[in-house]
Amino acid sequence: MKNLSVKIGDLVFRNPILLASGTVGYGNEISEFTDLNKIGGIVTKSLSLKPRKGNPPPRVVETASGMLNAIGLANVGVEEFAKNKIPYLKKYDTHLICNIAASSVEEYVECTKILTGEEKISAFEINVSCPNVKDGGLEFGNNLSAVAKITESVKAVTNKPIIIKLSPNVAKISEFAKVVKDSGGDAVSAINTLVGTAFNIRTRKPKLFNVRGGLSGPAIKPVALAKVLEIRSKVDIPIIGIGGITSWQDVIEFMIVGATAVQLGTINFINPKASELMIKELEQFLIEENFNNISELIGSYII
Amino acid sequence: MFITDAIVENKTELENQIFLLKLYSPEISRNIKPGQFINIRASENNFPLLRRPFSVCDVEGDYFFVMFKIYGEGTLYISRKQNGEKINVLGPLGNGFNLNDNSKTALLVAGGMGSAPFSFLTKIFSDKKEIHTFIGGRSSHDVIQYGLKNIYISTDDGSLGFKGNVIELLKNKINNFDKSELKIFACGPTPMLKALKEFALNEKIECEVSTECGMACGFGICQGCPIQSANDENKFLLVCKDGPVFNVKDIII
Repeated sequence: MKNLSVKIGDLVFRNPILLASGTVGYGNEISEFTDLNKIGGIVTKSLSLKPRKGNPPPRVVETASGMLNAIGLANVGVEEFAKNKIPYLKKYDTHLICNIAASSVEEYVECTKILTGEEKISAFEINVSCPNVKDGGLEFGNNLSAVAKITESVKAVTNKPIIIKLSPNVAKISEFAKVVKDSGGDAVSAINTLVGTAFNIRTRKPKLFNVRGGLSGPAIKPVALAKVLEIRSKVDIPIIGIGGITSWQDVIEFMIVGATAVQLGTINFINPKASELMIKELEQFLIEENFNNISELIGSYII
Repeated sequence: MFITDAIVENKTELENQIFLLKLYSPEISRNIKPGQFINIRASENNFPLLRRPFSVCDVEGDYFFVMFKIYGEGTLYISRKQNGEKINVLGPLGNGFNLNDNSKTALLVAGGMGSAPFSFLTKIFSDKKEIHTFIGGRSSHDVIQYGLKNIYISTDDGSLGFKGNVIELLKNKINNFDKSELKIFACGPTPMLKALKEFALNEKIECEVSTECGMACGFGICQGCPIQSANDENKFLLVCKDGPVFNVKDIII
């Protein structure tokens, strides 16, 4: 029996496979397809202090081996989440990571304070990199001192681990990872979506109501791998790799370049069973390559 | 909901670039209702990446039918499938038409490929109520009559039936029916549904419409397909999960 478990700080995940924020809602729909008890954890849709309606349609459009989305952080708000969504998630023996999005440092702090007492929540993932909202979002993710301030401030109001979700839309992502580490953050997740757009050539209009959106899917995997590698080689902080993972081979590749765990995103839309199906294959890989623990792969690249 | 491989039993080109696929899948065929949809994976690779949603056109035992026009890469790939090939299907998805209403006469109103879900609905309604079907298209090539009955046709260019749009045709004929016993079921492009909503509300005729919107997943997790609620201005409903069939009173079109 091979050991698939990985650790981020004191958190032990039964395997490195988590489901990414914004691709699994609050867990109820995807649980019809995948047994959440078999995966490492689930990251909620971004939560804000008040409910958000999100952007008008069109919100999604397919591009070559990828998709653009501009959902605009549609969510039920932290109070409704705590009251009506957490009870459902309590049924599952899997780590619940709450993703928080806000338009001010105070709002990040307030959301964290409201949720930190919930025993079911294992960690917070702070979204400083949403490309699809007018205020906050990328404005923070592009600013080193803002990322430092947010990390310190949320860290001050919770004992739970803080994961900062980094934007790839910056010149040097490793500088942001360093700031997170220096400000007391426990881990980074990388990458959020890349800013992109698409136009209809007949109408000359954008294919998204919001004009720009976040690019995800297999198209961004090489970019994500390079960003993870950059962080790994410059900063000693656990990394959760995200970006275009569709297969178990992709999971291994992310771990080799330095990810401790990974998140599956866009693939959940196409095959909501994908996460569960990968687990056996990961074990088989360890057998074939003669590893006892999957954690031996983390940052094991040979350059 | 199932994720399953359906097998292509037969493929017919009904009109230029308009196809009818007959697919074998007991899971889907035995569980799907008229107005519900399935999400089809056009390729096993990463291109086209996302599934493509189609309403179910008809069901015969363990077989279900999908009707579509080649519109982009996804439909092009699906149109190339050969007999015996597998197609990965996710469904049944969404809420279909209300099959338990008390109306004595159903008016089915379709714009272009909007006629797709009505073969199945016609079959289910056949022994329950009188059915009349209004189909509009740009030209005669857009008017697909597969599985429909008591058909009234309009075309923009006048190449078949009434020259004009399908809502104008409906307005011309509405006095032939007893309005108190009518219900309209519609599917088609947004401008058609918008005009129909106004007409149905003015005439006080109950009306259900099947809507469409670009989407990624088809079951609520991507949040990609919002439609404005008529009952709460702060709320979007989801076409995939709350629809795709809505009572026109519940949505802003």
